[in-house]
Amino acid sequence: MSFLQILWFILIAVLWSGFFFLEGYDFGIGMQFIFNSRNQDDREALYESIGPHWDANEVWLITAGGAMFAAFPYWYASLFSGFYLPLFIVLMALIYRGVAFEFREHMPTIQGSQLWERFIAISSFIAPFFLGMIFTAMVSGMPMDAKGNLSAGLFDYVTPFTLVGGIAVTLMSYVHGLNYTRLRIIGDIRTRAMTQLKVFYPILLAGEALFAILLFFYTDFFQTKLLWTLVILVAIVLSTVIGWYLTVNLKKEVVPFILSGLTLVEVVILLFVGLFPRLMVADNPLHSLKIINASSSPYTLTVMSFVVLTALPLTLGYQIWSFWVFRKRIIADKVVE
Amino acid sequence: MVTLVGILDLARFQFAMTTIFHFFFVPMSIGLAVVVACMETMYVIKKEEVYKKMAQFWSKIFLLSFAVGVVTGIIQEFQFGMNWSEYSRYVGDIFGAPLAIEALVAFFAESTFIGLWSFTWDRFKPAVHVLFIWIVAIASSLSALWILAANSFMQNPVGYAIDNNMGRAELTNIFALLTNKQLWIEFPHVLMGTFVAGGFIIAGMSAFKLLKLKKNDVQVDFFRKSINIALFVGLIGVGGALYTGDQHAFELQSMQPMKYAAMEGVDETIDSSKRADKAQPWSLISVTNPKTHKVVARIEIPYALSILGNHSLTGGKTVGTTELNKKFEKKYGKTHDGIKNYYVPENTLFYAFRVMAMGAGLLGLVAVVALWFNRKKTNLILTQRWFLWILGIMTFFPFVINTAGWLVTELGRYPWVVYGLMTIADAVSPNVSAASLLISNIIYFLTFATLGGVMIWLSRRVLHAGPDAEKEAELSPRDPYEDLAGSEGTAR
Repeated sequence: MSFLQILWFILIAVLWSGFFFLEGYDFGIGMQFIFNSRNQDDREALYESIGPHWDANEVWLITAGGAMFAAFPYWYASLFSGFYLPLFIVLMALIYRGVAFEFREHMPTIQGSQLWERFIAISSFIAPFFLGMIFTAMVSGMPMDAKGNLSAGLFDYVTPFTLVGGIAVTLMSYVHGLNYTRLRIIGDIRTRAMTQLKVFYPILLAGEALFAILLFFYTDFFQTKLLWTLVILVAIVLSTVIGWYLTVNLKKEVVPFILSGLTLVEVVILLFVGLFPRLMVADNPLHSLKIINASSSPYTLTVMSFVVLTALPLTLGYQIWSFWVFRKRIIADKVVE
Repeated sequence: MVTLVGILDLARFQFAMTTIFHFFFVPMSIGLAVVVACMETMYVIKKEEVYKKMAQFWSKIFLLSFAVGVVTGIIQEFQFGMNWSEYSRYVGDIFGAPLAIEALVAFFAESTFIGLWSFTWDRFKPAVHVLFIWIVAIASSLSALWILAANSFMQNPVGYAIDNNMGRAELTNIFALLTNKQLWIEFPHVLMGTFVAGGFIIAGMSAFKLLKLKKNDVQVDFFRKSINIALFVGLIGVGGALYTGDQHAFELQSMQPMKYAAMEGVDETIDSSKRADKAQPWSLISVTNPKTHKVVARIEIPYALSILGNHSLTGGKTVGTTELNKKFEKKYGKTHDGIKNYYVPENTLFYAFRVMAMGAGLLGLVAVVALWFNRKKTNLILTQRWFLWILGIMTFFPFVINTAGWLVTELGRYPWVVYGLMTIADAVSPNVSAASLLISNIIYFLTFATLGGVMIWLSRRVLHAGPDAEKEAELSPRDPYEDLAGSEGTAR
């Protein structure tokens, strides 16, 4: 393995981390269109809180996909063709979610807007669930031939492990979204977010524990990288527990939000560390796709490194600036006393 | 049905469907961004509120089209891996780079600044705020540049070497990719196509609105000014598209002669030096039998192909499809054995090309008349209702002609996915089932029909509500960012 190959493996992990951190809260806000809103003002505030950002958040996914294509074309080809149906469902969710934000604004009636708000909520559940499922299935060993062609049936995707993986990522996104609500919105909705967090933090913790147990049975993480796996699992649990404590007991906002985002990032790190030095785990270990022979040529990796190392800091710069511009809180009630 | 049509047909159908639908909204949103940016620039220069209102009003249509464009673009990107995994393996080393760079340098900027622009009308000075929309417009054009760099490689592969060990094409020179001749005839042409789209969609919608308005309505001035700005951009687009299109066709003769021959309906080689009139006739109408690949009926205009293709009254030679097919059989027979058919869909290319070129000419004509009628002195545009109808119908023309152009480009490279290197048949994913493809095709189709329908319906609604319509009171009674009295107003 060359330095560039490892660098790109890390960069792709970074891009997916960025995606889950940002779009995670964004999905969480979407879910609240049904599960934490009482009236149109609440939903308007929810939209306003992510309105300027959701689009750029989603570009992290597009960039992660593009980077996989450019740096590890064999990975991109095997993963995307192999996980055809779950990925198709994710795409459908992202389509309806994206247009719904725009369409709801122009509907002639409240009922019309509410129809699209339902689309936002449902698709915000579907996308993280299936992404979580795809990623957990990817590390648990799928039927794959020597050329990297995946021939998975329904019950290869759908196992107790992938289901729990999907649910865990969805729960993490929801908690992350509730934390974002507390950070950005003023009104009853914020109080309700706290009430829900009190319920969802323990559920999330239980989900994480179950995920860790299944990780033992469905992957080789504990055999090949015991120490790393344990450290990251402990970190995931700690971020959740500390976030829970700071939220419920000390009413903190910023740190719990960062911690719930970090939980998602840690899951990405866990999966990527477990994958290393592979890219896709096959049921026959000989067929697993490896970093060393699935990447682009050294020339392409060099060109891409120059581009990403100049463009990413700039991109991060204006995205952070955009969050600074919209730092003020949004008021969800018509009358504020 | 699954047994009748194979994986390849379903994958091709899906690619065609998603590309065409996506490409409705790409030129539309890039073009609208440019027109809206021009409107806001007018506001900064002239400081008249009407221009600000104009930019805000038309941005509603722009943002609708942008949303649909973005979500269909994600499918487009992932589809290469999902349906064309062999293609992704073979050229990923080259093709992936421009796609990733597009996301990184263009798409991030576009989506971040669109958020900044649409939520900060009252928070920045006009001169600063207008910069955001220009960044959006420029970043969208850069997006197109990178995507077309990838597409140009498929049309005219450059800067690569074949690695026989890996069994794939590898990038050897990124600058060759960026200076690809194909790119620099394709990109300006597409860019001009976006100007056409932005210009005529706004002008056409304004015309529909003027038909509904009373002559002394306060909104009349608003929509007449909109027409002027939009058609200014639209006319640049038409002129530029015709000019770059002519260059494009000229280069095609050497780069992709089969595409050119089909576009012009030439089955048997026309060599002007062997003809009595020393010129090539141009077919106005031509019908090719898709089985024999022979032209069965045509109406010709003498000399015209010499003028169009050779840029002179006489002379020029157009190699016909029959001769080219024989040539290609000899050239590629050994490396791609078994392929005897290099014919492209002749009739589709022939008429798509004419729809594109003549459609652009018609738009140019309508634009000139519209600007003439729209002069303050005469107010002809308000009295000549028949003309407003014509201008209104033009709203839909850019979609037709841009699609026609895309068909010419993409169908014209048949049977290649990468010209001369890899065939479409070799590119398809071997492990995706026909059932998966069929299901996704049906759901995509229904989704696109829904999105397209809602899009048209909402655009009509926005137009009918007009620029003075307040957002529904129930939806947003106040400025969501207004400062809250007290300490809780700012995030800690």
